[in-house]
Amino acid sequence: MSARFSRAGTQNIALALCAPVLFLIFWHFSTSGRAFSLIPPPLDVGKQLWDLAFGGVWDDLYSGTLLEHAVASVSRVYGGFLLAAACALPLGMLIGRVALVRAALDPTLQLMRPIPVTAWLPLAMIVFGIGPTSAFFLVFLGAFYPILVNTIFGVRNVEPRLFEAAVMLGVSPSALFWKVVLPASLPSIFTGLRLGLGFAWVVIVVGEMTGVQTGLGAIIMEARQLSRTEIVISGMITIGLLGYISDYLVQLLGKRLLRWSPQHG
Amino acid sequence: MADPLNILDITHVTKRFDFQDTKIVALSDASLEIRKGEFVCLIGPSGCGKSTLLRMIGGFETPSEGRLAMWDTPIGAPGPDRGMVFQDYGLFPWLTVSKNVGFGPAARGRPSAEVAETTKRFVDMVGLTRFADAYPHQLSGGMKQRVAIARVLANEAEIVLMDEPFGALDAMTRENLQQELLEIWKRTKLTVIFVTHAIEEAILLADRIVVMSPGPGRIVADERVELPRPRDPTDPDFNALRRHFSGMLGHH
Repeated sequence: MSARFSRAGTQNIALALCAPVLFLIFWHFSTSGRAFSLIPPPLDVGKQLWDLAFGGVWDDLYSGTLLEHAVASVSRVYGGFLLAAACALPLGMLIGRVALVRAALDPTLQLMRPIPVTAWLPLAMIVFGIGPTSAFFLVFLGAFYPILVNTIFGVRNVEPRLFEAAVMLGVSPSALFWKVVLPASLPSIFTGLRLGLGFAWVVIVVGEMTGVQTGLGAIIMEARQLSRTEIVISGMITIGLLGYISDYLVQLLGKRLLRWSPQHG
Repeated sequence: MADPLNILDITHVTKRFDFQDTKIVALSDASLEIRKGEFVCLIGPSGCGKSTLLRMIGGFETPSEGRLAMWDTPIGAPGPDRGMVFQDYGLFPWLTVSKNVGFGPAARGRPSAEVAETTKRFVDMVGLTRFADAYPHQLSGGMKQRVAIARVLANEAEIVLMDEPFGALDAMTRENLQQELLEIWKRTKLTVIFVTHAIEEAILLADRIVVMSPGPGRIVADERVELPRPRDPTDPDFNALRRHFSGMLGHH
């Protein structure tokens, strides 16, 4: 039984690796050895990524700085994300459960929702100045709406039968929120958090592109101006990996908390 | 006034619903007295008001006219004394079998040692000891309904209200659960009000069968089932009763 599982596991990993390996081969043969390729071949990018992370290849201004930039981006992503969650979760619960709050706030929030986060950048720069605070604000905004919308959806779509069951079993109306609404909407809330964190990673690069000294978005933008395309791609790969790891961790947490839910457990 | 032996007095109860600017009469002038320990089946086609009546006893609906009283006290909001078993179970999906069964006592602030003891007793009673730590989505329909029954029993319900509880189950599971329900009823001397549209189920289970009819919903007959228990659906007397109620419900 376990042998068959591990064989299926190996097979899945092999299948998952097919696409990137084919892509690397294609990339290599279409760029390697050409005199005027604007896109560097994968081996050059690999070398650059190594230098960025550990130094010792080029020993220039960028050598060994990857950790510093990654830490700056990660802290902005999680900072903005946590602040977004701290605002969007209670607000979503209030909008979902209190008709008065819904009537007062929902139209405004829905009206502002279609505005792309990137469109806020100029305004953010005026209000927060050129620098990391604007990036932080954009991440906050990017994560805020997915969390808010999914929280509202979750608390509004609790099966009415569960309220009847709880009241029949002796739950007081004031305890319904903690005993029924919150646990029942947890899967939706969790989906919102996961989407929000994903958006935070998307937005961080845009946020760091103007006037920020550190961060993966900052070095991507800087390297573009210096035509160091290897560094641009190295930064992209790092963001991809960090985003993947952070989503994986959130999913692990979800599997633990939502063991009861057929969609998650 | 009311007979002191009656656990439930339903007097001239009418229920109207608003439906697209017209009033629908779901139940018209229903009166019923139920003694403690009785097993009463409400039977009738859809639209006869049987579920509405049950939901009013549960406190989920309020009557438009008339009075419902338990031990001569008017019925208000839903409460633990009237445990409801829904057809779609209504279990809390985020709680294990044990936690679902212990939900009521815990919600009412019973000490945790007592909750644990009660939980174990009723999980065992419905035969789910091995599944105590399973979540509802891991259970079959029959097992879910066992949890729903255990949950109201653990909460010291005096009346168990059952709204077509076995309607969504396959025939074999249904027969098992009917037998188990009778066992539990015999042991606990609970009052059971059981809504069904299956004549055979009603004859198998009930002390009394209340026949209802639609358009508007009303009670048309209230008869005792005198067959000795355990009852056998292949028995000629059982069959005669089946024909009798079948004729009354208008399908031959």
